[in-house]
Amino acid sequence: MNQYIPILIFTLIAISFPIITLLLAKLVRSGSPNAVKAEPYECGVKMPTTAYDTRFSIRYYLIAVLFVVFDVETIFLFPWAVMFDKLALFGFIEMVVFLAILLVGYIYAWRRGALEWA
Amino acid sequence: MAFLSAHFVAIVFYVLAVLAVAGGVGVITFKNPVHSALSLLGTFLMVAGLFVLRHAEFLGAVQLLVYAGGIMVLFLFVIMLVNVRRLSPDAAFLSRRAPLAVLSGVVFGALIAFGVLAGSLGHPGGGATALQMVQGHVMGNTEAVGWTLYRHFLVPFEIVSVVLLVAMIGAIIFGRKDAGLEGRGGRMEP
Repeated sequence: MNQYIPILIFTLIAISFPIITLLLAKLVRSGSPNAVKAEPYECGVKMPTTAYDTRFSIRYYLIAVLFVVFDVETIFLFPWAVMFDKLALFGFIEMVVFLAILLVGYIYAWRRGALEWA
Repeated sequence: MAFLSAHFVAIVFYVLAVLAVAGGVGVITFKNPVHSALSLLGTFLMVAGLFVLRHAEFLGAVQLLVYAGGIMVLFLFVIMLVNVRRLSPDAAFLSRRAPLAVLSGVVFGALIAFGVLAGSLGHPGGGATALQMVQGHVMGNTEAVGWTLYRHFLVPFEIVSVVLLVAMIGAIIFGRKDAGLEGRGGRMEP
């Protein structure tokens, strides 16, 4: 378990960093909130006037699903890569078949225009 | 202190397990779906901790990457898309299907308990490094997963790619603007 101590330290630093930053900012800034400042704002995008009533494009869902699929595909490459030497040609062909099947999906997504945003 | 170091793994297990269950309870009790999703994220993180505790480090990392990363994004997008934030705050806590849910939960729990029992009984010399063995050598969990998956489970592994392919094509078909109107074909219009 001792090899996890660096991860623990790393996690603690990662958690404390935003807390310390926010506390420091709170100490030094001047606070004068008004209605305009509190409005939601995003550069270049017209923000909806009410936060909850907007309908979003189904494309967000499509992108998320494609992300998860390729995420999982990448995950399968990790244990294959660390054992690449031992698996030799057999493992290589196995992975080529795996990637080829998914490439069909990628080409399908591409041809259908699922990767185009505008 | 001696107690703490002697039972370190057990203590960490119970802390993680209690937090994981608490997260699960939060998912179904929070009124705001975004809070539910964040609660689910907590459960995912705790389960990842449990995997690491059991020396299934690769599975723990996958849990973080796929569930806490990918699946969580998917859930949040769905919450955003279907506008469930307008759910009435006094919606019934238990629906009419609650008994069915309880039944399926009990059956699922029993299945897991059975699996754990069968696994622990029929496991020849498991031990702490059981998930890190490659051909009798202790290497690492990722190596062990790689070896077992790509040596002994060739067909299931290739089927995974077909399952992923189906998911991808299904999502693209659902995502088409004219889905259900004209059947098939047609590029997606902006």
